[in-house]
Amino acid sequence: MRTSVATLLVALPLAIGAARAEDTVRIGLIDGLSGGGAAGAEVVLKQFKFLADELSAKGGLLGKKVEVIPFDGKTNPQESLIQAQKAIDGGIRILTHGGGSSVAGALTDFVTKYNERNPDHEVLYLNWGAVDPVLTNEKCSFWHFRFDANSDVRMEALTNYIKTAPQVKKIYLINQDYSFGESVRTQARKMLAAKRPDVQIVGDELHPLLKVTDFAPYVAKIKASGADSVITGDWGQDFALLLKAAADAGLKANWYTYYASNIGGPTAIKQAGLDHQVFQISEGVPNLGAPGLAEFEKAFRARYGVSAYPRAVISDEMMMLKLAVEQTKSLEPIKIAKALEGMPYEVLDGGNGFMRKDDHQFFRPMYISSFGERSEKEPFDEEKTGWGWRQLGKIDTQQTILPTTCKMERP
Amino acid sequence: MSELIFTSTLNGILFGMLLFLMASGLTVIYSMLGVLNFAHAGFYMLGAFFGYQLSRWFGFWPALLIAPLAAGTLGAAVEHYGLRNVHRNGHAAELLFTFGLAYVIQETVQVIWGKAPVDYRVPELLDFPAFTVFSTNYPAYKVFMLAMALVIFAVLLLGIKRTRIGMIVQAALTHPQMVAHLGHNVGQIFMLVFGLGTALAAVAGVIAGPALVTQSDMAALLGPILFVVIVVGGLGSLPGALIASLLIGLLQTFAVAINTSLGSLFGSLDPAHAPSLLTDIWNVSIAQIAPVLPYLLLVLILIFRPMGLLGTRAT
Repeated sequence: MRTSVATLLVALPLAIGAARAEDTVRIGLIDGLSGGGAAGAEVVLKQFKFLADELSAKGGLLGKKVEVIPFDGKTNPQESLIQAQKAIDGGIRILTHGGGSSVAGALTDFVTKYNERNPDHEVLYLNWGAVDPVLTNEKCSFWHFRFDANSDVRMEALTNYIKTAPQVKKIYLINQDYSFGESVRTQARKMLAAKRPDVQIVGDELHPLLKVTDFAPYVAKIKASGADSVITGDWGQDFALLLKAAADAGLKANWYTYYASNIGGPTAIKQAGLDHQVFQISEGVPNLGAPGLAEFEKAFRARYGVSAYPRAVISDEMMMLKLAVEQTKSLEPIKIAKALEGMPYEVLDGGNGFMRKDDHQFFRPMYISSFGERSEKEPFDEEKTGWGWRQLGKIDTQQTILPTTCKMERP
Repeated sequence: MSELIFTSTLNGILFGMLLFLMASGLTVIYSMLGVLNFAHAGFYMLGAFFGYQLSRWFGFWPALLIAPLAAGTLGAAVEHYGLRNVHRNGHAAELLFTFGLAYVIQETVQVIWGKAPVDYRVPELLDFPAFTVFSTNYPAYKVFMLAMALVIFAVLLLGIKRTRIGMIVQAALTHPQMVAHLGHNVGQIFMLVFGLGTALAAVAGVIAGPALVTQSDMAALLGPILFVVIVVGGLGSLPGALIASLLIGLLQTFAVAINTSLGSLFGSLDPAHAPSLLTDIWNVSIAQIAPVLPYLLLVLILIFRPMGLLGTRAT
């Protein structure tokens, strides 16, 4: 008797799970939901859930509800692979991840190998934010799609903007000491040399990732170098601490950044009092005025009380997935992948983008914006600072396209 | 050049004194109770978050008083209800207990205040540049941090060396039974000392919170280096902790300022002959390895002078 009750108790949830699995499409989000990057990953998860609910309310995917299941990869490649396996064992066939290029590299390898060994049960990897160029070059995979602009594309767009900014004369590069920071600095040197040979690079620094407690010594070096502008790919607490130290020391420089809008960034800029002195290259800002974007932003803020920005990319990813499913009338990853290849899409931020077939890199218009006091045209503030993003320049999709070295093997 | 040397010295001293603020409580607990408190940085973080919350309600200055009291009370409770029972099972159990506690504190902070950084600001009274050297500003708040660290150092040293309580506490560590026979409540003394130590960590948190970023992983960021400070300074030595803090602060700051690498000292390797791993090592600048240097110092100290710079005991 006792055993049968136990069997029943074990079997019941499994049966329910199986029944639910049939009428839902589940997407596994593998990101660092604990540890140093947790704050950012949490907003990402909220956004995926928000979009999944919205999709479900509008009929779902082929009539099935959409559900996003979080898996904590702890921004660690090993841990993320375990979570990926767990997701696949649970029957999930669409994975998404974006925090950390080292994890993205491991996941791409894993998914590619898994698919080779398990034909007819393939898994798709949608990358919303890991920007190391290698993922769409040497390490490209048919099963990996990147919706965010990679770091070379961002630098291409950023340097195209700096080309039109004669006030930039002396640049200091400071970046985190890992593959991403390394690629920011080498590309910056290369592209600046080609586009603005008159600009002097007065410093080129790598500092350890998420380990520095006080950036005052680095800021002292920047000051001593006489730089008028700083280019940095820093994110997270590194960015906040760097800005804080700069404000304390009274460093008067313009900041050209990749991730100033990530959680904590706007607060740090406001505290540092750098009114419209911090610039960011990104896929867009809430204050662009694109109608879909403004609605999305309003609805998201109403529900969660935080800004959805800067991840309009996530909305684009989900909507392109939806389009691909509708086109093929199938939930098979291989069919979705083939539909995504080359797909044109009008992005949430406004403007036309496309998923390049050669390397599965999405190209979109990019924007330069600065953070500070708002005018009437800028309705959205960030992190309750009262300040918001202002669009300064737009780089058209065509101007962001870079060649790729990807030699993709297609199934 | 002189500008960089001057600012680096000043930055190094400022960072060193901040380290000392945090390490002082850890040293006090270790020297008196013999407990290596892994949760110490957790109490530092609690101090920062209490300080943030209280300063929203009552302003910064009341927070500077109340937050350490609250954290200290919590620390005393931890000693009374937790550590005391664990103590019977030896040092390993104690170590594991505080290790677990560190996680509990971190998770609790995340549940209450979330994972994002909170907007904890420098009080308006101190929000101005105190002085300017070579066009670099020094915020008044940093000077205030420096002064607080010095005051705490002096009060602690006097308290331990010159007062009756300090004497009893020191005696209770080595000869608890004798002290108990003399009519002192040893348990209570330990509880007070632990409470004091955690309150000191919280003071550091309240003060450092606005200067650094107050968020739920600030403990993990600063935890390891505190152990370097107390080991290098010498276990149980407050002046040692002060010297070690300054040493580490200056070491790290000056290392950052130096761009020299082996490559620039001895000329670059012939690329045709050098394997890539070697060229990597050859081209790493001292600035890049700055954060590792304190740990290198820790290793060297443990090998050549295990009792630390001013320590009297080896363990």
